[in-house]
Amino acid sequence: MNRQRLDARHLLCPMPVIRTQERVARLAPGEELEVLATDPGVLADIPAWCRVNGHLVLEAGPVDAAEREFRVCLRVGPNP
Amino acid sequence: MTKPAKAVALISGGLDSLLAAKVVQQQGVHVEGINFFTGFCVEGHTHAIRSKDRGRPKRNNALWVAEQLGIRLHIVEVIEEYKAIVTAPRHGYGSNLNPCLDCKGFMVGKAHEWMIEHDFDFIVTGEVVGQRPKSQRRDTMPVIARESGAGDRLLRPLCARLLPETLPEREGWVDRQLLHDFSGRSRKPQMALAAEFGFADYAQPAGGCCFLTDENYARKLGDLWQMRGERSYEFDDIMLLKVGRHLRPRPHFKLIVARDDGENNFLMGYRRQFVHLNATSHPGPLALLDGEPAAADLELAARLTARFGQGREAESVEVEIVHPGGERQLRTVRPLPAEEIPAYWYL
Ligand code: SF4
Repeated sequence: MNRQRLDARHLLCPMPVIRTQERVARLAPGEELEVLATDPGVLADIPAWCRVNGHLVLEAGPVDAAEREFRVCLRVGPNP
Repeated sequence: MTKPAKAVALISGGLDSLLAAKVVQQQGVHVEGINFFTGFCVEGHTHAIRSKDRGRPKRNNALWVAEQLGIRLHIVEVIEEYKAIVTAPRHGYGSNLNPCLDCKGFMVGKAHEWMIEHDFDFIVTGEVVGQRPKSQRRDTMPVIARESGAGDRLLRPLCARLLPETLPEREGWVDRQLLHDFSGRSRKPQMALAAEFGFADYAQPAGGCCFLTDENYARKLGDLWQMRGERSYEFDDIMLLKVGRHLRPRPHFKLIVARDDGENNFLMGYRRQFVHLNATSHPGPLALLDGEPAAADLELAARLTARFGQGREAESVEVEIVHPGGERQLRTVRPLPAEEIPAYWYL
């Protein structure tokens, strides 16, 4: 499965969530998206956004030990 | 079987919008939420920036509300369009720079556009008659309905029984008898209804849902407009107003000084757009200089920057000044003593 990437680094919440929402709207059900961000808020907000909109979170956590960057991977649900 | 009616509910993240959406949801209406990001929203930012807030569990209240209700939430970014609301509100401002009445009309108007585009039937807000002195009065309720274009497709379930009947009631999509008649500033009816629905741990923002109701923030925005000679702003401007100490020692420049590591990192992202200063001989904060400084101003800015670092009591501190083009200069200065910083410099 081809996984798309979204660079949301240096944006503060809720902008990474808004960018994720815009991107997901252009994807098909079952497609995957990897979001990279620097605001740790994405670890709470993107999974919450996925839960209310019916998408599946595959992974959410820091990219590096210093916790300067964070990654959230999701699979698009039936209603993008 | 007829399809259930569909409502789009404005979700701010506070209790009232949560209850309003729940009341219509309970009547079998299909509800989805809409939330607007204006750039002034209290959500998120400051937590992400300040070091002292980093450990606090943080949540987006609008998303939390949507989860409680089990509804979808559409977050809509309105930063550009919202500028006209803040800079030239037709109905003026509330106690600070909050243009609540225009803002409500704007948001209901955007929700109305969304409703038409997505083939929904009506709009729900958590407004309560008499709750806010300017924007939630009996006589402003029709203003919002009219100016937004929503007309009688706008339903306020928490106070609907005090207002004329709306389309959703006439069509029988909702039963007026099951709507409420809350009014005034008391929060008791809302809290009782929250308990009835089993909601706990909801957000109760004190002033309002955005920074424009905050006195300190409004003062800094007012200063920005005054110095520019016009009411205008860019997204970066309003973000920077949330961060650091702001001092205006001279009319033509101000200094933004980081208060902790978190703010330091945040300001670092902006440093190339500004003259910026930081002490090199002692640990200390990054300071951005906004304005058109003359040579003497740079000396003053360097002394102020030294004042906020660990060299504040030292005889002399070395401060590096970097210009947007990359040109650097090093100055040795005496930190400005606290008593030489008049209170009015602090914005
Ligand atoms: S407090 Fe802010 S977001 Fe809320 S209505 Fe007033 S201006 Fe709009």
